[in-house]
Amino acid sequence: MEQRKKETIINVRDLNLYYGDKQALFGVDLVIQEKEVTALIGPSGCGKSTFLRTLNRMNDLIDGVKITGDIVIDHENIYKSNDVIKLRTKVGMVFQKPNLFPMSIYDNVAYGPRMQGIKNKKDLNIIVEESLRGAAIWDEVKDRLKTSALGLSGGQQQRVCIARAIAMKPDIILMDEPTSALDPISTLKVEELITNMKEDYTIVIVTHNMQQAARISDKTAFFLNGEVVEYDDTDNIFSTPQDKRTEDYITGRFG
Amino acid sequence: MRHFKDNLLRGLLWLSAFLSVAVLVMIVGFIFYKGIGLISFDFIFGDYSPTGDGGIWPMIVTTIYTVLISLVIATPIGILAAVYLQEYAKQGRLVRLIRFATESLTGIPSIIYGLFGAVFFVTTLKLGMSILAASLTLTIIVLPVIIRTTEEALKTVPGSYREGSLALGTTKLQTLYKVILPSSMPGILSGIILSVGRIVGESAAIFLTAGTVAAMPDSILSSARTLTVHSYLVTQESGDIELAAAVGIVLIVLILVINLSATYISKKFNKSTNK
Repeated sequence: MEQRKKETIINVRDLNLYYGDKQALFGVDLVIQEKEVTALIGPSGCGKSTFLRTLNRMNDLIDGVKITGDIVIDHENIYKSNDVIKLRTKVGMVFQKPNLFPMSIYDNVAYGPRMQGIKNKKDLNIIVEESLRGAAIWDEVKDRLKTSALGLSGGQQQRVCIARAIAMKPDIILMDEPTSALDPISTLKVEELITNMKEDYTIVIVTHNMQQAARISDKTAFFLNGEVVEYDDTDNIFSTPQDKRTEDYITGRFG
Repeated sequence: MRHFKDNLLRGLLWLSAFLSVAVLVMIVGFIFYKGIGLISFDFIFGDYSPTGDGGIWPMIVTTIYTVLISLVIATPIGILAAVYLQEYAKQGRLVRLIRFATESLTGIPSIIYGLFGAVFFVTTLKLGMSILAASLTLTIIVLPVIIRTTEEALKTVPGSYREGSLALGTTKLQTLYKVILPSSMPGILSGIILSVGRIVGESAAIFLTAGTVAAMPDSILSSARTLTVHSYLVTQESGDIELAAAVGIVLIVLILVINLSATYISKKFNKSTNK
């Protein structure tokens, strides 16, 4: 592997988030390098998913959310600019449960590009095939592209969700516990896929599963009660955690 | 003793179910028994004649006109209103008030709408007793139905669809148009079917706004007679139960056809979207 210096792609400074009166994130500082897998771990309700959703402004959909601080993605302060659409084409997202639309597999993957105004059939065909290949699901679905996506198994659906995100050619892909609804074999396939994907994409993944974080991520951030307790190379976090609370969590003493 | 109670309850349940079906069968049976003798090609497709041996084609046409015009106006307004309430409006006091108002509107007797239509559309807007005035009145009657059913349909669309679409960098309008509305189509369709039934079955409000002219309407500004009004008038004027029943048969068949075709369409929709 080449050892060139990786650039910072996401820079979060002093991020606070409130649901109405209730504060959910407290002064989060986090620097994420490009083309790495960054895992966010922590017990339920610690704010890791909330944090993930600040990165593509999905929290904007919830009434009463207030945010202070700065998130700079690719040299742009995303809460100063108002182009949420552009942000979300650059920062894709895969959700906890597969959420394909009730359309054919093809239409699901082509959905984003079509909404961007790409109409040419040849172009769309290429995008769909490349995206499905990129999500390592092409061989399984190539003969049934026109059938309903909801007929696929959960694991296949999740990989088509990843293909749907890839189709937008994003720089960053956010994943919110993408394997929590999948069986072990499907989980393994998705993990393999994530490891391969980091050549082209920066991936930020929320996971409940510490083995998963250890297996696939380069850096790990441990969240507790809305704060980042510790953030370091994954190897360091799991071998020599600096904070007692991190150690307690990864050794399974709570959470 | 416990067995006895159980059987008694079972008997009561059965009796209630039987009674409600029996009443329906009796009514339909009565209508068919009385009216079937008059049903013929000429009766359905013939022009009306005051002597009583003519057909009811003008009334069928008038009924179809009112259904079409009312739906053409009420459906887009109703769907847009529901979309606004469900997807755009901030859920606060104003929205609750609007919801309460639409719900109350469904409970108002249609004669009240008829009176309003007679004053507002017929007199104030100078539309005269006409198909248009009646259709506008019917629009107001079915609007709350369409709004309510559309809102319910929108509510059933999983939030994950919205998130999934928006996360792909689409606008709210694109998400609505491409994902949310298609997924709620079966529910919206059933609201439209209910409305058709309501329009075809309405008489009081139409009587007061479209009048009773028993002739083929020249335009939608003509006064005319729908099937239900005709059925009422022949009973009232000449006591001709057979004729009224024959009109009733046409009405029943019409509604049956509409309902069946709507169920068919909505099933097809379901298949293509939610397999």
